[in-house]
Amino acid sequence: MGAGRIIKVSGPLIVAEGMDEARMFEVAKVSERELIGEIIELHGDQAYIQVYEDTSGLGPGEKVTGTGQALSIELGPGLLESIYDGIQRPLNKIYEKAGSYITRGLNINGLDRDRKFEFTPDPSLKEGQEIKVGDLLGEVKETELIIHRIMVPPTLKGGILVEKPKAGTYTVEDVIARVKAGDETQDVRMYHRWPVRTPRPIARKLVPEVPLVTGQRVIDTLFPIAKGGSATVPGPFGAGKTVVQHQLAKWSDANVIVYVGCGERGNEMTDVLQEFPELIDPATNRPLMERTVLIANTSNMPVAAREASVYTGITIAEYYRDMGYDVAVLADSTSRWAEAMREMSGRLEEMPGEEGYPAYLPSRIADFYERSGRVVCLGSEGRNGTLSVIGAVSPPGGDLSDPVVQATLKVVKVFWALEDQLAFERHFPAIGWLTSYSLYHDNLSEYMRNEVSPKWAETRVAAMSILQKEGELKELVRLVGLDSLSDTDRIVLETAKHIREDFLHQSAFDDVDAYTRMEKQFRMLETVVKLHRACESAIQKKVPLKKLLELKAREGIARMRNIEEDKMEKFDEIQEGIEKEIAGYSADSRQVEA
Amino acid sequence: MVTEYTTIGEIAGPLVLLTDVDHATYEELVEIELPSGEQRRGKVLEVNRDRVLVQIFEGTRGVDISSTKVRFLGKSLELAVSPDILGRIFNGLGSPIDDGPKIIPEMMLDINGNPINPYARIYPQEFIQTGISSIDGLNTLVRGQKLPIFSGFGLPHSELAAQIARQATVPGSESPFAIVFAAMGITFEEANYFIRDFQETGAMERVVLFINLANDPTIERIATPRAALTAAEYLAFERGMHVLVILTDLTNYCEALREVSVARKEIPGRRGYPGYLYTDLSTIYERAGLLKGDKEGEVREGSITQIPVLSMPDDDKTHPIPDLTGYITEGQIILDRSLHRKGIYPPVNVLPSLSRLRDKGIGKGRTREDHSNLANQLFSSYAKSKEVEELAVVLGEAALTDTDRSFMALGEEFEDKFVRQAIDENRTIEETLSIGWDLLSKIPRAEIKRISEEYIDKYLPGNKDIDAGGETAGKKPESGSETAEEQS
Repeated sequence: MGAGRIIKVSGPLIVAEGMDEARMFEVAKVSERELIGEIIELHGDQAYIQVYEDTSGLGPGEKVTGTGQALSIELGPGLLESIYDGIQRPLNKIYEKAGSYITRGLNINGLDRDRKFEFTPDPSLKEGQEIKVGDLLGEVKETELIIHRIMVPPTLKGGILVEKPKAGTYTVEDVIARVKAGDETQDVRMYHRWPVRTPRPIARKLVPEVPLVTGQRVIDTLFPIAKGGSATVPGPFGAGKTVVQHQLAKWSDANVIVYVGCGERGNEMTDVLQEFPELIDPATNRPLMERTVLIANTSNMPVAAREASVYTGITIAEYYRDMGYDVAVLADSTSRWAEAMREMSGRLEEMPGEEGYPAYLPSRIADFYERSGRVVCLGSEGRNGTLSVIGAVSPPGGDLSDPVVQATLKVVKVFWALEDQLAFERHFPAIGWLTSYSLYHDNLSEYMRNEVSPKWAETRVAAMSILQKEGELKELVRLVGLDSLSDTDRIVLETAKHIREDFLHQSAFDDVDAYTRMEKQFRMLETVVKLHRACESAIQKKVPLKKLLELKAREGIARMRNIEEDKMEKFDEIQEGIEKEIAGYSADSRQVEA
Repeated sequence: MVTEYTTIGEIAGPLVLLTDVDHATYEELVEIELPSGEQRRGKVLEVNRDRVLVQIFEGTRGVDISSTKVRFLGKSLELAVSPDILGRIFNGLGSPIDDGPKIIPEMMLDINGNPINPYARIYPQEFIQTGISSIDGLNTLVRGQKLPIFSGFGLPHSELAAQIARQATVPGSESPFAIVFAAMGITFEEANYFIRDFQETGAMERVVLFINLANDPTIERIATPRAALTAAEYLAFERGMHVLVILTDLTNYCEALREVSVARKEIPGRRGYPGYLYTDLSTIYERAGLLKGDKEGEVREGSITQIPVLSMPDDDKTHPIPDLTGYITEGQIILDRSLHRKGIYPPVNVLPSLSRLRDKGIGKGRTREDHSNLANQLFSSYAKSKEVEELAVVLGEAALTDTDRSFMALGEEFEDKFVRQAIDENRTIEETLSIGWDLLSKIPRAEIKRISEEYIDKYLPGNKDIDAGGETAGKKPESGSETAEEQS
């Protein structure tokens, strides 16, 4: 924990000498104001430190002290409903202490030391029994939605439980149990610190096979993500990345959501802060905020803390995953994180890779997304937990050859491509159906078959091929006009239009439309595909195209989105209507032929 | 206490490097005295032991190695503020240049400001009526928003910005906006246009101007928007005023930044702009909004609404400056050269324009219940008309269906009646919306899909079941024939 002296200040990077005892990625306190920094390079006794706060006013000669600890955050009850900056300082506490602006050198704990939690011990525990890391000690009701499981943290060693936990109200610092490992007796508290750059240990990884249901039709039906999967949403500005991320934060069926606003707009975070406490989770009838942790490092906050914010977010998510929950991390936007890396790399005078990004960009991105997964957690119970990661990317000019997009696509399994043309037409979510993909269809097919419908895969493939065909036909129409298409092709265009306008287009601001359950999604698509098949066979039977284009049933399809979730029988009515109407025309045309 | 140094070792571009400096700190303000006695100001960019890199705001012309004196002032660049700054003109560093008296400071504020805690913000949702239909109707501005104008060389962005400054009001609120105007590297004529406009409309007494013209020192521009926003923050959050900030032209600002970056031999990002351009721009744009009071639950009086103007080099929206701006600001108003050529003022291309804060700022109780529906319908109908137009170019107008033609008609009228307005025409939101509804009567009612039936019945002019597209009368509006032909 040697004390050194600053010799150089260049933006968020400072260099200090006399740091003989410093270690890589150790946290250092810089100057009398104790600004927080992290050692990112060592040359002899010189340490290069990235500082998480504004460095103006610092100069050579000021003191730097190592803390001996890696950049860590506090994990324990009280995380939910919080809003943190990039290095886990609660923004509401900063506001109480410093007013509207974020000033420097504020040292505030991530978890409230005064707050008391009602703790219920695990009744099966006996003193003298052996206990392992990850074993359950008891529970705290953190919010109405989430039971916080207190486990033996991976910072301790397993051993003999010499003092078992008792029921009572405790602060996070109170010792609730003692575990003897060898000669050493360790105190167990409700919280512990964990270094953010180190993934938390697990027993083993499993293959994801259950979908993360988001209620967004284009996602769940065409390009689903599995619980424990990873996805990316790249798109130019204005294409609706943030709206997609917000919709996922609101509606996806994860137990816990960690939303990382990394280098984004201040007002957007305010929007989330104001809206989430008012939004009610449809499954539990509780405010969505009770399952949410927000990390907000807006674009004007110090750049180094932005780099840390995604790690802070994913570490909190891993912690809840270890309790056996389904957790989703939404990172908006990973481009800002990459840019923060680029800025630090430039200040370190490293040789740049593509577009000035450091050469280690792809490996950092891969490390981050690989922290997702479906896992067996540590502990005797063998709990399963999942961690899904969804990262937005903001490529310059929407250009997908951007190094951040490319490095991300290498590791994620789902790609939702936002297209600005769709956004101009106000088709939201503006996820392009011809360029996006999901590699989870096979993993999820069994679940879909059993839980939604045996015809799931078939219907989806039929819809996709209609959209594909539409893409080709549109090219043709541009050249030769609509009239030269065959009747069958005209039917394809018509069906594709239903899929686009009545299925894929979804309003985030409409009460019924904002969220669609899987069953309804399937019934909607099934209805469109049924109509398509019926029209195709009617064409074979020489029913005039005009009649088919003017089917009354099409109106019903246009209003499908407004069918409430408990009125699924309405789909039967629409489907019967289609059959009846077309059967009528077929009969007519037979008579004509006769 | 203040030591004078005459130890300049190198001079390159706007930068000087000093050696043997005892104690300098990062971002510290520096005073330079030239052999001629002229005083200039600079800022510390980097300190490395006793070597200090300083950026001179007024440029290095005339600075020499042997006798120029440098003093470190132990603080960063500050702006003197008091209520008397209203009606005054300052240079790009915040010193008065209008022959008026010295400002007796009520407080001295660091022009870099501090980042606003997102927790302390209030989400902007008060509608601002600019009197311009393409903004009010479709890309609505709200109080506390940052909404840039993306323009090109030779397009009337100054006229539009001045018109917004003149006409902006919050319906139902009496107090007009105070205006903070920052000119960065624009010509005398452009700056004069604004000044004259403020004088003629009697607005001058609620305007603060920061002027850095094209022939003023380039590096001074880096401080100009920050000085202006510091003044704005003072007026808004200390004096409780609603402030409209116009920054023009951000492209010149970014070029100044690039000049410094190149002089420092930094690794460039796209097109030679520094890798930290995003971060740097955000420290300007994010200084807008509404704040909570000092205690939970209170609202602080005052607000900052920003209208930055930037010219897109070669009208290219993917150029780093508009691109990074678009990622920070809450939307953008895009001016279009082809509309300008058609003689349409203001030449706002509504399709790629966007106001991200629109949806919470409009609707019942703010503008009118049908506003959101109507705006969406106009967007999609106008997009459709553009598609048809393209089709007509390839296939000839004869190949168009009647519905297609109705959309073409809507598109033309949209540009002519909705977008086009006089430079002094101040439309109320009701007028804007009713022009919008008039346009929708051009297309068959069945094509109006984004508006609820209730509003169509209530607001669509003329007969309820009118089939204005020229289709055969009496046909069921829901019938699929037109919709089928929409494919293209």
